[in-house]
Amino acid sequence: MFGPDDDPGSSFVSLLRRVGIEPFGVESTTGVGAVNAPHGTTVLALRFEDGVVMAGDRRATMGHRISNREMEKVVPADRFSGVAIAGTAGPAMDMIKVFQLQLEHFEKLDGRPISLEGKANQLSQLVRANLPAAMQGLGVSPIFAGYDLLRRTGRLWDFDVTGGRYEERDFVAIGSGGGPASTVLKVGYRPGMSVEDAITLACRALHEAADVDAATGGADALRGIYPVVATITSDGWVRRADSDLAPRFEGFLTEQRAILGGGAS
Amino acid sequence: MNQPFYVSPEQVMKDRADYARKGIARGRALVAVQYSDGIVLVAENTSNTLRKISEIYDRIGFAGVGKYNEFDQLRRFGVRNADVKGYQYSRDDVEARSLANEYAQILGQTFTHEMKPLEVEILVAEVGFTQESDQLFHIMYDGTLVDEQGMSVLGGDAESIADRLADTWRKDDDLRSAVRGCVAALSGPDRTLGASDTEVAVLSRSNGRRCFRRLDDAEVVALLA
Repeated sequence: MFGPDDDPGSSFVSLLRRVGIEPFGVESTTGVGAVNAPHGTTVLALRFEDGVVMAGDRRATMGHRISNREMEKVVPADRFSGVAIAGTAGPAMDMIKVFQLQLEHFEKLDGRPISLEGKANQLSQLVRANLPAAMQGLGVSPIFAGYDLLRRTGRLWDFDVTGGRYEERDFVAIGSGGGPASTVLKVGYRPGMSVEDAITLACRALHEAADVDAATGGADALRGIYPVVATITSDGWVRRADSDLAPRFEGFLTEQRAILGGGAS
Repeated sequence: MNQPFYVSPEQVMKDRADYARKGIARGRALVAVQYSDGIVLVAENTSNTLRKISEIYDRIGFAGVGKYNEFDQLRRFGVRNADVKGYQYSRDDVEARSLANEYAQILGQTFTHEMKPLEVEILVAEVGFTQESDQLFHIMYDGTLVDEQGMSVLGGDAESIADRLADTWRKDDDLRSAVRGCVAALSGPDRTLGASDTEVAVLSRSNGRRCFRRLDDAEVVALLA
């Protein structure tokens, strides 16, 4: 037990350090450059009328090799928020784990959850703490999105490797396929979209990203692996079933076949 | 120089125990019982913000009676201990038994070595995957640790509350009858307790990963109606 004057407060990271555990292993190593570890990705988030949609592909690559086909890079942070990670898989997964614990730990100690903005701020501090690792090529840049129970709206943020925190108005896509995905979102986005339209748009953005970016995986109907797509509203985080996503990806292919077939005839 | 009076160890311990018991008896009581879907905890508590019952971990709940600042400090210790353990090992490695043992050590140490014993009684409850594996650990002010079966009563007037509760409680009760039984046992024959006088929470097997759930006043009103 801690006395009143050396209490680590409600922060899980402070508590870990207080008991002698350093959650971010890489402090400083010599030599700057690439460490060959699995990377991602295309992940994105966009707002719709009742909240936000988050989505991400499942592929992790190591150089030119696909190291994992089923990685989940979009996960719930707590009931009303989610985090999507692009970057080096190892530190990214560690960061998600610490972030989830940080939110739950605070909620239990203080008896109430952190505000949505407070959660984004917490994540920014974790990203900043990872900066030495980012300098070694183990960078992590997340998207954070959730439903703000105070303002009754969905909100989303992205971060740079230094912990810079930027609130986005409508949508954001990051990772190696973030460019094409952003363009799809930009063209298709309408304010106050319905949830079904927003999910279709998110799937289309991932589909197009996978089409041009080798490090982004598309829908894998053969193995039955589909991207992670989830909505966050006043009812909390809900992940969409694969059976709900499969027809959408099938639809994109049908469209493309019609276009290509039309050109040939 | 004056020699201090000799006081026998028996007397020292008895005085400390009396002191702690008096402090605990001043506060209001708390009960926990098994029901069909887990464990329900009911405390007499007029405050809406200072809680006696709270969440420690996925399947573990905490309840304390007596001096608020003292059991709250123990609660915080429990949350920290559980979260660090779950981080270092796995969420499956966090269990009520070892936490209850740590509490027993802390309370026992404080009772024998400090000026003043902690004026608290606490309960560590763990909901199992089946009713047979539910656990209730009751820890006294002096570190005595009791593994209780089915129901547990903490605080002043515990004996008569336990007698009343034993008459009505069945381990396969639904939530409604369990809560009604607990509230009736706490209030006794001469008064009635409403939703605003009670604090109710469950550790429910059907609540997902985090089994702990606090019932708000409206839910308690509906259950008691």
